[in-house]
Amino acid sequence: MSARDPSRSIRGRTPARIGDRIFVAVCAIAAALPLVALVYLVLQLLIAAAPRIGWSFIVGQPALDAHGSGILPALAGSVTLVALTALIALPVGLAAGIYLAEYAHATRLTRWTERNIAHLAAVPSVVYGLVGLVVFVRTIGFGRSLLAGAATLALTVLPKMVITTRDAMRRVPRALRQASYALGATRWRTIRHVVLPMAMPTIIERAALSVARAIGEASPLLVVGALGYGVAETRGAVSGSSSDSFTALPVQVWAWLTAPDQRYVANAAAGMIVLLVLMLLVSALGVYLRRRMTRAHEG
Amino acid sequence: MASADDTSSKASDRRHLAVVTPAPKELRDEPSEQPASGGEQQPKFSARELNAWFGAQHVLENITLDIASDEVTAIIGPSGCGKSTFIRCLNRMHELEPDARVSGEVLFDGETIYAPTVDPTLLRRRIGMVFQRANPFPAMSIRDNVLAGRRLTGRLRRGEADEIVETALREAALWSEVDYRLGHSSAGLSGGQQQRLCIARALAMQPEVLLMDEPCAALDPVATARLEDLIHSLKGNYTIVIVTHNMQQAARVSSQTAFFLDGALVEYQETDRLFTSPEDPRTEDYLTGKFG
Ligand SMILES: Nc1ncnc2c1ncn2[C@@H]1O[C@H](COP(=O)(O)OP(=O)(O)OP(=O)(O)O)[C@@H](O)[C@H]1O
Ligand SMILES: [Mg+2]
Repeated sequence: MSARDPSRSIRGRTPARIGDRIFVAVCAIAAALPLVALVYLVLQLLIAAAPRIGWSFIVGQPALDAHGSGILPALAGSVTLVALTALIALPVGLAAGIYLAEYAHATRLTRWTERNIAHLAAVPSVVYGLVGLVVFVRTIGFGRSLLAGAATLALTVLPKMVITTRDAMRRVPRALRQASYALGATRWRTIRHVVLPMAMPTIIERAALSVARAIGEASPLLVVGALGYGVAETRGAVSGSSSDSFTALPVQVWAWLTAPDQRYVANAAAGMIVLLVLMLLVSALGVYLRRRMTRAHEG
Repeated sequence: MASADDTSSKASDRRHLAVVTPAPKELRDEPSEQPASGGEQQPKFSARELNAWFGAQHVLENITLDIASDEVTAIIGPSGCGKSTFIRCLNRMHELEPDARVSGEVLFDGETIYAPTVDPTLLRRRIGMVFQRANPFPAMSIRDNVLAGRRLTGRLRRGEADEIVETALREAALWSEVDYRLGHSSAGLSGGQQQRLCIARALAMQPEVLLMDEPCAALDPVATARLEDLIHSLKGNYTIVIVTHNMQQAARVSSQTAFFLDGALVEYQETDRLFTSPEDPRTEDYLTGKFG
């Protein structure tokens, strides 16, 4: 081995290193693109919404006059949907996830079930709307109510919730379960007091994210019969009076967007902003809860 | 022998594993056939023809040995020979592994522990276990870790918590290092402190037995020495079974030593004799470092 062997020099720039740089640059651009797109969209939205967005819009009642129209009922509907959806989806998702992670034996049936739950998460939400219409609105008889809407949204978030719960529980180290069993704890107490507390922060955070996403969807709610006030009457296109229905932000936005009158577009944009803020608040609540729960651990 | 009129305060109210009945009479009165060791006292554990499997893998073959009450018994042998599996059969932890199976008999205070009438959770409450890697509950404070067993088994009465915490931590020689931060997370402790916390957690259950699976594997010599001191101070009140790869440690702390090889019990002797004049050539080979 000679120090003068030119092939062993440590100076210079190898092609691989240049390749590295190009790769990093491409990745950085790819990462920046969605961000740029998002900023652009929000800006457009703000400009479009500028004439309408404000306190009176948020607390106002819908009206035939686009300029005097507010969004309070839709906002209240969406907030209620958040609470009800979480209230329905969390316990069911927890129970199913706990069952899959802790009790289900690795039979072919369980494997088949788990695979299909994963597939369910990818089913378009309109399909859930149809299921909701048949099951909740008609069969169970919730009617076109917020409850039927929440149950339907809960259906759309459940597959994700089940999988999140299962995975979060499975990630809890075996050594901790063993410690609990060795102390003489039963399986349920081990799950309840050792495994769940460690999995819970993740579960809650992901659940909030799923719910935030779900309340942005108009299609399942439209299918189960939510109405956008103010426009429906003028168009007379949607069957059923508004008294046996409910409303929510995305539905109201959709109604304004599809209204023949251009003056409603500003309302739609302002509604979207309210919806975006609500979605952000819900996911932020999830992050906050997760932080608080993990801080309690470190306390 | 432990009987109903046992005056020892610990665990006197929970002598019976089985909710229904004690062990069948013939099992209790069975004269010990070949106690490989031990005094006149009834052994704490008697394994009889104990076999264990992981799936098709036969990891323990016909283990028969007695573990003396209130003494320290060491289990040595090369890696993978079944030491951990053996002690996990003593508190029925082995069966928690997927596809794990056991046959044969283990008597605990003369009661068979593999009977259908035995509730393994009640058995485990009387047998503390310390694992090779310290496994305190990271989501709990130091104090809550000590109390975890009591809480998990629903046996923590109001007002006794402070005393339990202090007693267990003192017994585990950890008190002075943590008394000012009981509310802090256990994750802030060193590896050796975590291991002692796990011992305190086990002691807080007032067990009769401590099963220790290489408790010093992750500890430095200072922490190891402290743990050995601890074992010395605990013996006499607890039956201790310790798995160790460290021959000197086995020689220092135990009165009986069992040498396992490939799932079989090769030799079981008083520790002094096993280390000075082993009967089986394979024991000698192992002790002199010819394999393992
Ligand atoms: N969870 C498990 N699943 C399948 N096989 C296992 C499992 N745990 C242990 N085994 C096997 O059982 C045998 C005995 O393992 P055991 O853990 O009892 O050995 P050990 O003597 O404690 O070894 P070490 O000194 O390395 O801890 C080994 O051959 C191991 O491969
Ligand atoms: Mg082991």
